[in-house]
Amino acid sequence: MTKRTVLSADDISRAITRISHEIVEANQGLENLVLLGIPTRGVFIANRLVEVIKKHSGVEIELGSLDITLYRDDLAKQPTRGPGVTSMPAGGVSGKTIVLVDDVLFSGRTVRAALDALNDHGRPKAVMLAVLVDRGHRQLPIRADFVGKNLPTSSKEHISVKLSESDGVDEVVIES
Amino acid sequence: MRHLLSAADLDKDQAIKLLDLAEDMSDVNDREIKKLPTLRGKTVVNLFFEDSTRTRISFELAAKRLSADVINFAAKGSSVSKGESLKDTAQTLEAMGADVIVLRHSSSGSAHRLAHTDWVGSAIVNAGDGSHEHPTQALLDAMTIRQGAIKHPRGKDLTGIKVLIVGDLSHSRVARSNLILLTTLGAEVHVCGPATLAPASLVSSGRVHFLLDDAIKLVNPDVVMMLRVQQERMSDSFFPTEREYARIWGLNKSRLARIGENTQILHPGPMNRGLEIDAASADSKNSMVLNQVRNGVAVRMAVLLTLLSGEAS
Amino acid sequence: MTGNYLLQGVTITTGEVRDVVIESGLIVDKASTGTSHEVMDCSGLVVLPGFVDLHTHLREPGFEQSETVASGSRSAAAGGYTAIHAMANTFPVADTAGVVEQVARLGEDAGLVFVQPIGAVTVGLKGEQLAELGAMAQSKARVRIFSDDGNCVHDPALMRRALEYVKAFDGVVAQHAQEPRLTVNAQMNEGALATKLGLGGWPKVAEEAIIARDLMLTELTGSRLHVCHVSTAGSVELIRQAKARGINVSAEVTPHHLLLTEDLASGYDPVYKVNPPLRSTADVEALREGLIDGTIDVIATDHAPHPKESKDTDWASAAFGMVGLETAYSVAQQVLIDSGKSNFERLGAVMSSNAAAISGLAQQGKYLSAGSAANLTLVDPKDSWDPKPQTLSMSENNPFTGLKMQGRVRHTIYNGQFSYRDLSIMQRAGS
Ligand SMILES: [Zn+2]
Ligand SMILES: [Zn+2]
Repeated sequence: MTKRTVLSADDISRAITRISHEIVEANQGLENLVLLGIPTRGVFIANRLVEVIKKHSGVEIELGSLDITLYRDDLAKQPTRGPGVTSMPAGGVSGKTIVLVDDVLFSGRTVRAALDALNDHGRPKAVMLAVLVDRGHRQLPIRADFVGKNLPTSSKEHISVKLSESDGVDEVVIES
Repeated sequence: MRHLLSAADLDKDQAIKLLDLAEDMSDVNDREIKKLPTLRGKTVVNLFFEDSTRTRISFELAAKRLSADVINFAAKGSSVSKGESLKDTAQTLEAMGADVIVLRHSSSGSAHRLAHTDWVGSAIVNAGDGSHEHPTQALLDAMTIRQGAIKHPRGKDLTGIKVLIVGDLSHSRVARSNLILLTTLGAEVHVCGPATLAPASLVSSGRVHFLLDDAIKLVNPDVVMMLRVQQERMSDSFFPTEREYARIWGLNKSRLARIGENTQILHPGPMNRGLEIDAASADSKNSMVLNQVRNGVAVRMAVLLTLLSGEAS
Repeated sequence: MTGNYLLQGVTITTGEVRDVVIESGLIVDKASTGTSHEVMDCSGLVVLPGFVDLHTHLREPGFEQSETVASGSRSAAAGGYTAIHAMANTFPVADTAGVVEQVARLGEDAGLVFVQPIGAVTVGLKGEQLAELGAMAQSKARVRIFSDDGNCVHDPALMRRALEYVKAFDGVVAQHAQEPRLTVNAQMNEGALATKLGLGGWPKVAEEAIIARDLMLTELTGSRLHVCHVSTAGSVELIRQAKARGINVSAEVTPHHLLLTEDLASGYDPVYKVNPPLRSTADVEALREGLIDGTIDVIATDHAPHPKESKDTDWASAAFGMVGLETAYSVAQQVLIDSGKSNFERLGAVMSSNAAAISGLAQQGKYLSAGSAANLTLVDPKDSWDPKPQTLSMSENNPFTGLKMQGRVRHTIYNGQFSYRDLSIMQRAGS
C-alpha cells in the first residue's frame, strides 16, 4: 500500500479559511445561518469554520451536528453502529439557511441521507453544502457549494482525512 | 446479534449498547417527527399466539417509528386454533416476506425452536414464551431503573443497585429475564414470594425471601418490581386466597411508607389493583409504570434496529 | 425349507470360541452326520440369546401412521430381537381377548419376531375398572403381562385388586409409575434446568412414591410386580431394598435412561422429550449400577414411534417418546462391556433371558441348550457406526442420531431362520 499526502496542515488551514470567506460572501449579514457538521470530522470542520468567521467578522454563527447513521440506505450491510450525536441549535432549523459540513464528498449518499435527516427536524429556507475534499465519482445529482480542494481520484483509492481533534494531526492522505 | 431469544443472549457490553441505543431512540420519540426511515422496506411480523395487546402495540409502534412495514398476526381465532402448527404459520408468514418475526407463544422455548430449526430464516424476537423469558421486558425495566437511579445513564451499568422482585417466581417470564439481565448488568437482585412459587434452584441462591416485610427490611431495595398474579395459581392451591396474598405479598400504603423515598416501583402491567399492588402505590410518585411503557417502545426500536442492521449477514 | 447352519468360530457369552449348530430350527450339540449345513464364518462375532423386549409400542391398531406390527417387527429384527411385547395403548386399547389375539396374529403374519401382546389392566386404560384380564390370559395370545402404560394405575385400591387378580394366571402387573397429580403439565425432569428453561417439572418423587406404594401392595398381596422404565436413583434404591426383603418385583430400564441426560432438553428439540423424562447424570450412574448389580432385571426399549409432525413443533405440544429398538444393543454393550464393569453373560440376561422369564416365554432366552428353538443374535462388538434418524421403524424420532455407537447386531436368527442377516432385513423368517 502506498501513501501520498495531498493536503498538508497548512493546505487544510488555507482551505478552511477560503471556505469561510465564501460562506460569508454568499450569505450577506450571516443572519439565520446555521452550520451543521456531519459526524465525526464534519463537526470538527464546522467548528473551525465558525471560529474563523468569528475572528474575521465578529459574528458567532449557530452551530450544530446532524447524525445520519439511521438515514443511510446501506444499514443492513453495515455492522451495527450506534447513532452519533445530533444536536440542533436552540432555535431549530425551520426558516434557516443551513450549511451542511462534511470532510469528503464522494458518492453523495451521505449528503442525501443528511437531507433526509434534516427534513425530519424542520423545514429550512435553504440548504448548502461545504466539504473539505471533493473526490468525484458521484452517484447522485448532488454538488457542493463550497469545496476546499478538488481531488480527482481513482475509485480504488482511499482518501483519509485526518484532523487534530480526532487524529492528532492535520493532513489528507491518498492510499492506494 | 442474530435473534433475541433470552436475556442470557446479551453480555454486559451488548446490554449496555442496546440500552444506550434505546436512549437515542427515546430522543427520537421526543421529536416532532417521531420517525426514522431506517427500516424502510423491511417487514416485521408480530406473530402472537397469546393475547397481549400491550406488547403487540409496543412492538408495532417501534417498527413503525423505524418505517418498517408491520403485519399483526393474532393466531387466536385463526387457522392456528384449528391445528395449524407454529411451523406452518411461521413459514407462511416468511413466504410473505417477513424479515423479523416477533413471537409471543404460550409454550416455553418456542422462539428458540423457531430460531434454531430450518423452518424459517427470519430474525426472531422472543416477545414472551410460556413461563420461560420475555427479554424486551427486562430491557425496558433495566432502562427504566437506570434512568431512575443514574443521572447520566448512557454507558452505565447497574452496579450497586438493589432490586427486589415480588410474586410468582416459578412461572413468571418477566422475573426470569429480569433476574438474568439485571444480574448481568451488575445489580443485586433479590426475589420474594410464596414458597410454593419459588423454585428450589432459586432458593439455594440465598437471595430468596418468603415474606415481603422481611425482604423490605433486609434488602432495603432501590427498586421493587411487583409481578402480576395469575388467577389460576390460586385455583391450583399455590396460595389460599387473594386476601391472604395481598396481605402478605401485596404492595400497600403501609409498605410504601417503609420503602425508601426514592425507591422505584415497577410493574410489567396490566396491574391487579388491590391484589399485588394497591392504588396508593400504583399512583404514587415512586411508580415508574408509565416510564416503563414509554421505554418499551424505545427498547424495541433498539432491538429491531440491531437485528436488522449489519452483523446478521 | 428349514435351514441347517454351522456357525463357525463364534464367541459365546463365557468367552469360549466354538461352533454352534442349528438343525431344523433347533440347537443341537454337534452336527449330525449325513446332514448338510450352510457353514458361516463367525469369527469375531459374539452369539447371544435372541433379545426379548418387554416394552414396545407397535401402534397398531389405530396409529398406523407411526408404526405397524410389521414395520415394528422389522425394526426389532434389525435390533437383534426375537421377541417383543406389544404395549396395550393402541386404538382400540388392547383390553379384550379380541384385540390381543389380533395383534398376535399380525405378529405371526409379519413373521420376523415373536410378538407377545400385553393386556391393559383397566378398561380403556382409564384406571376405573379392571379389564377382562382372565380372558386375555386364556386367549390364544396367552397374555401374562398387564399394563396401562402411558397411564399409571394410580388408584391404590384398583392397583391392589389388579395385583391380587393376576395371581390366578401367574400374571404380572407392569406399572408405569407416575403419580398424576404431581406431574400436571410436567415436561421434563424437575430441577434447575427446568426452571431455567421454563418447562414444567416432572419430580422424581412422582415416580418413587408410586413405586414405594406398589412395593407395599405387592408384599401385602404376595403378587408379582414389574416396574416399567425406572428413571431415578431413588427408584433403584427402593427396588434394591424390596428385593432384599423378598418382594417379588422385577424392573426394567430403557437404553435412553442409561445413556442420555436432561441437558439435551436445553435446545428445546422434542426428540429428547420422553416420559419419564431424561434425568441427571447421578440418576444415570445409579441406573447403570442397578443394572449391573441385579437390582434392575432387564433393558426394555420403550420404543415409542411418533410421526414427524408430532415432534416437528414446540416442546410442550410435542409427543413424549423415542424409538430405540435398533440401538438398544449398542447401549447395552457400552454400559456393561465397554465400561469394563460386567460381561456378556449379564448382557444376555438383561437383554433376553430375564425378560423371557418375567413373561413366561418358553421358546425365548434359552440360548444354546440343545433341543431348544434357535433364537439367537450375533453381534460384532468392534463395529462402530453412526445411527441415522431413518431406521426400519416408520418413525424418525431417534435421539441416538449423531452419537458414535460401538457394537452392532450383525445377524438375528428367529426360530432357526435368519430374520436379519449381514445388516439386511429378511422378508420373513420361519415360524
Ligand atoms: Zn410408560
Ligand atoms: Zn411405554
